[in-house]
Amino acid sequence: MVDVALQGSAISVAEQVDRAKVLRRLRFGDAAFRNLTRAAAMAVLVILGGIIISLVYGSLPALRTFGFSFLYVETWNPVTEKFGAIAPMYGTVVTSIIAMLIAVPVGLFIALFLTELCPMWLRRPIGIAIELLAGIPSIIYGIWGLFVFAPFLQQYVQPFLITVFGHVPVLSTLFEGPPYGIGILTAGLILAIMVLPFITSISRDVFEAVPPVLKEAAYGLGGTTWEVARFVVLPFTRVGVIGGVMLGLGRALGETMAVTFVIGNAHRISGSILAPGTTISATIANEFTEAVGDLYTSSLIALGLILFVITFIVLALARLMLMRLNARIGV
Amino acid sequence: MVMISGASSPLYAKRRRRNIFTMGLSFVATGFGLSWLVLILAVLLWNGFSGLSLAVFTEMTPPPGAAGGLLNPIIGSLVMTAIAVAIGTPIGMLAGTYMAEYGRYDKLTYVVRFINDILLSAPSIVVGLFIYEIMVAQMGHFSGWAGAVSLAVIVVPVVVRTTEDMLTLVPDTLREAAASIGLPRALMITKVAYRAARAGMITGVLLAVARISGETAPLLFTALNNQFWSTNLNAPVASLPVVIFQFALSPYKDWQKLAWTGALIITLAVLALSIIARLLTAQRKSS
Repeated sequence: MVDVALQGSAISVAEQVDRAKVLRRLRFGDAAFRNLTRAAAMAVLVILGGIIISLVYGSLPALRTFGFSFLYVETWNPVTEKFGAIAPMYGTVVTSIIAMLIAVPVGLFIALFLTELCPMWLRRPIGIAIELLAGIPSIIYGIWGLFVFAPFLQQYVQPFLITVFGHVPVLSTLFEGPPYGIGILTAGLILAIMVLPFITSISRDVFEAVPPVLKEAAYGLGGTTWEVARFVVLPFTRVGVIGGVMLGLGRALGETMAVTFVIGNAHRISGSILAPGTTISATIANEFTEAVGDLYTSSLIALGLILFVITFIVLALARLMLMRLNARIGV
Repeated sequence: MVMISGASSPLYAKRRRRNIFTMGLSFVATGFGLSWLVLILAVLLWNGFSGLSLAVFTEMTPPPGAAGGLLNPIIGSLVMTAIAVAIGTPIGMLAGTYMAEYGRYDKLTYVVRFINDILLSAPSIVVGLFIYEIMVAQMGHFSGWAGAVSLAVIVVPVVVRTTEDMLTLVPDTLREAAASIGLPRALMITKVAYRAARAGMITGVLLAVARISGETAPLLFTALNNQFWSTNLNAPVASLPVVIFQFALSPYKDWQKLAWTGALIITLAVLALSIIARLLTAQRKSS
């Protein structure tokens, strides 16, 4: 005690000034670091703002020239400089619908398998394998789709579809025409494989978040695994599952390279899903570097703006739903 | 006397049949999902492996009909990835730091998290258009810098997300201990919180690298492509994904073969990165 008191009184004026200096420097450093991190957080917002502003600015010439007709005209003619976005928009929506029709049930069943049936030691490896599927770059899906999947569809699946559904009233238009191999259906199927891991991993996560008490109560009443999944797990996690599905949808809508390889790039709307078509992203990827003339470039940027607005809305809804689920579980 | 017990009633049999059927479906679905991974990897190995030789890593991309390698696109990809990480990582880490440390309950954090999650899955081709508008159109030519910046825009959200998540996992007692010995907040974050979350934050960077090493769409009209050796980042630069795109869609067999080899290289790199990233986080959990 005495020592401490002695030391305390021994601090000279010079040392006190030093200490004040150090403290001031630390305080300054702290404030600087705080503002630096804050600026970085703002940068994320700036990126979003920059994307929106640059897309709007870039698409102004096209929107001024075509007005609202840009949204419903089918013509896409670089020679006469008449552009309309409906064909790529149609392709984007239809390929995404095909993808979701396949990926949602399959993804949910895989998630069910991983959370209810799979033995513990297998859960992690299978989960990782499915997530690796999500890590494969989209260009790989593209090259695989073009050289392996499309020829396979052309030789085996599409002729089968045409002969089976060729005489059924509505379906005959859907599966009309020669088997090209590439086309709307092929793109949709590849998109299904690509979004499958997203839907699976989110559904698995939300299924795992169901309080065990709820499931145990249902099992205690004598419910089968399927009944517990269908009447307890699924209703409880509905919001989260829808959020996961919409996240997958957002991916499918914006996916570029895989689709560009196999869609066929035809600017027309065809009733048949075997026919070649195009999507917004595939059109931009294929034509942007070759676009001559401001109006052509601007129309492609306007397509990008439409794509961004659509995916933004879908992804925002997905996030809101996932947040709602998290609020309920109390994560 | 026949007793209809619960176990043999028609209702029970029906429920059991339905259960077996749906559980069978979930088996089939899992097999279906996994088979794609196996199929894609098998085809990649089959087609890419035969073309894999030393020449791939030492020679330039050939004109059609000649032999050659992928040296310039590989170097181009590496350089642009490195610059993208160098630009994107600090921004992402600092933003994540603000969200987890300074403003954990801020309105700003809430908004940034929401926007960041959207940017995380936003179409990458739109990022390409954005950088085209602000860099390529302004400078008047395609350039490696524009490619690197567009990749950096994709890096940022990935790093923001993982940094925030990992820092949130750091126990508050560590922060309190640091504060109790009089450490200012900035030092507490850099000396204590960053160290505790280091493995997770590195994972985030690895995942970001894995994500951008296969990105093609944002490079198509920023870095464009270059058939020749070029270290000039103010000129178009070749990159592996764009070369694969161009070669795969070409009618020449040699080019298609190189495209497969390039695809194999990218996939192996990406898978290796994501497995390393996973091991890093697994270690952290067990220790």
